[in-house]
Amino acid sequence: MNVTKRSYDAVIVGAGGAGLRAALQLAEAGLNIAVLSKVFPTRSHTVAAQGGVAASLGNSDEDHWHWHMYDTVKGSDWLGDQDSIEYMCRMAPEVVYELEHFGMPFTRTEDGRIYQRPFGGHMSNFGEKPVRRACAAADRTGHAMLHTLYQRNVRANTRFFVEWMALDLVRGPEGEVLGVTAIEMETGEVSVFQAKATLFATGGSGRMYYASTNAFINTGDGLGMAARAGLPIQDMEFFQFHPTGVYGAGILITEGVRGEGGILRNKDGERFMERYAPNAKDLASRDVVSRAMATEIKEGRGCGPEKDHLLLDLSHLDPDVIIRRLPGIREISIRFAGADPVREPIPVVPTAHYQMGGIPTLYSGRVVAPKNGDPDAVVPGFYAAGECACASVHGGNRLGCNSLLDLLVFGRSAGDSMIEDIGKMPGALPDLPRDAAEGSLARLDRLESQKDGESVHEVQAAMRRTMQEHCGVFRFPEMLAKGVAEIEAVAERVSRTGIGDHSRVFNTARIEALEVENLIEAAKATMMGAANREESRGAQARADFPERDDTNWLKHSLWYREGNRIDYRPVHLKPLTVETVALKKRVY
Amino acid sequence: MTTVAGADVPLGRLRWHCMRRGLLELDLVLQRFAQRELDGLDAAGRAALDRLLDYDDLELWEIVCGRRECEDARLKGLVALLRAQ
Repeated sequence: MNVTKRSYDAVIVGAGGAGLRAALQLAEAGLNIAVLSKVFPTRSHTVAAQGGVAASLGNSDEDHWHWHMYDTVKGSDWLGDQDSIEYMCRMAPEVVYELEHFGMPFTRTEDGRIYQRPFGGHMSNFGEKPVRRACAAADRTGHAMLHTLYQRNVRANTRFFVEWMALDLVRGPEGEVLGVTAIEMETGEVSVFQAKATLFATGGSGRMYYASTNAFINTGDGLGMAARAGLPIQDMEFFQFHPTGVYGAGILITEGVRGEGGILRNKDGERFMERYAPNAKDLASRDVVSRAMATEIKEGRGCGPEKDHLLLDLSHLDPDVIIRRLPGIREISIRFAGADPVREPIPVVPTAHYQMGGIPTLYSGRVVAPKNGDPDAVVPGFYAAGECACASVHGGNRLGCNSLLDLLVFGRSAGDSMIEDIGKMPGALPDLPRDAAEGSLARLDRLESQKDGESVHEVQAAMRRTMQEHCGVFRFPEMLAKGVAEIEAVAERVSRTGIGDHSRVFNTARIEALEVENLIEAAKATMMGAANREESRGAQARADFPERDDTNWLKHSLWYREGNRIDYRPVHLKPLTVETVALKKRVY
Repeated sequence: MTTVAGADVPLGRLRWHCMRRGLLELDLVLQRFAQRELDGLDAAGRAALDRLLDYDDLELWEIVCGRRECEDARLKGLVALLRAQ
């Protein structure tokens, strides 16, 4: 197959919030960039974010970035890097005002300032009382952000390659990143995008779970490419589960439903949260509610013939409240669960929602991989931002509204780092290795020629069932041990997938097969990380190690594809300018 | 993004636009629709679907749910099919 070479100063893979924010920085600096995306940019999964962007503007209550930093470190269960967290929280007001100046239609207070609402875990004065810190554009903040950033990029003449899927990283002899290979869906042709700087902003990998709130697009493409290129993936065992995804479909039912009076019940009709969180009850934090639900199911008090879900009951509310205040939720329940919440409860289950781990980076967005005893050795030419990256600001658990902030802050800082590094590389691009596209072409050839191949959909279903059953909200030693063996068996099947359609033009079967090759790497990293980490911290809840263990486990896990092995990096406990947030038990 | 009315739109492209949206809700509804209906669409049907899929995700979801009407009268039949699922 002919491979076209295309040369740019920088290439960005992914055009969600992080990719668009970075692209804007580079395009406005006058650099020649290419942005590759599997879908049209405004159809990225950022569009689904409703809540808001956290920033200590202090428009509604007194607030300070240092309080935001404290909340984020505590939320992370002290696994977050405190230099990155300080950087993010200090930059938050700036990136929000910047977005406002770009034209983002934020909801306003009566006197015209950006409206701010409270959100779980965000407190004033170092954990004293809730603070209004979330800046929102009604209930469509992610949508407004994507459109604002996309329009701004159009104005800056950013070059988009829409419906192109990146295949593999291209690395040079010293391990430096020289670009990516990619396939154009419309033609099936493969190109090498050669660049001085390559950014991954490819989003999460939530589709590895059977019950997932993520859109189908979140297949961990960046993680798969990084892993195949020999780079580590960090802290993947930390996966946030949202307590109320619609059973069987995954669609997220917002906390607001419980805020309006919705009650979780088990098969006996018991309001079980009273036993687990006597004060906050159904409104306890996400991880507490998810663990309570998992316990109810495990102890046989789940609902339905399989006793595998619980019920979110709104039937005691005035039907007018449901129809008026929760019309979207009612529609989702009727359509996806066949239950009208005016009369019947909504079947729900804890559902995979957000990946805290990812490609390890510094707060500058530069990707790191330990080398010669340096845990923070930079991989030249390679950057990552957004959910696919691990800066690490979310550590063991992410606070609501910190994900949109993450992609704005680190999208911009990665863009700035790329501009700085490209500035130090005058002249022509480095030569590509002669075999730059060989690995990608070999993968495509195998798919084409595979005899009696495994069905992509069946293999993907097996992966999702394995992850759900063995690596869910609660993790049990025997289940994890079996899960490691099973996910390796699924990986073996992934290496033998076949497709029936061999056409070149818009061959969606081929793209799905390539996506599964990425997703399985993310799944292996998650399962291995969970089996290996013998403690409970943030979203990692081990039945056999119920406590956090700072003596042995205050460190990042790094999973390497080669040898399916785990290594470690120290957590950055020293912030940039302030005192370390000292270790203590995480209680709310 | 806009397709000239009547031009033949590749099925694969329509399928991709059905199965990879920003919202999970749309992925589920449109993928099922594509599995059941896509192969049976004629050129005019494909062109109509292409126009409908050009809608922004939140707008399209509101149209599917019946909370918003689709301004394009040529898409009414398609919208009715989606709503009936």
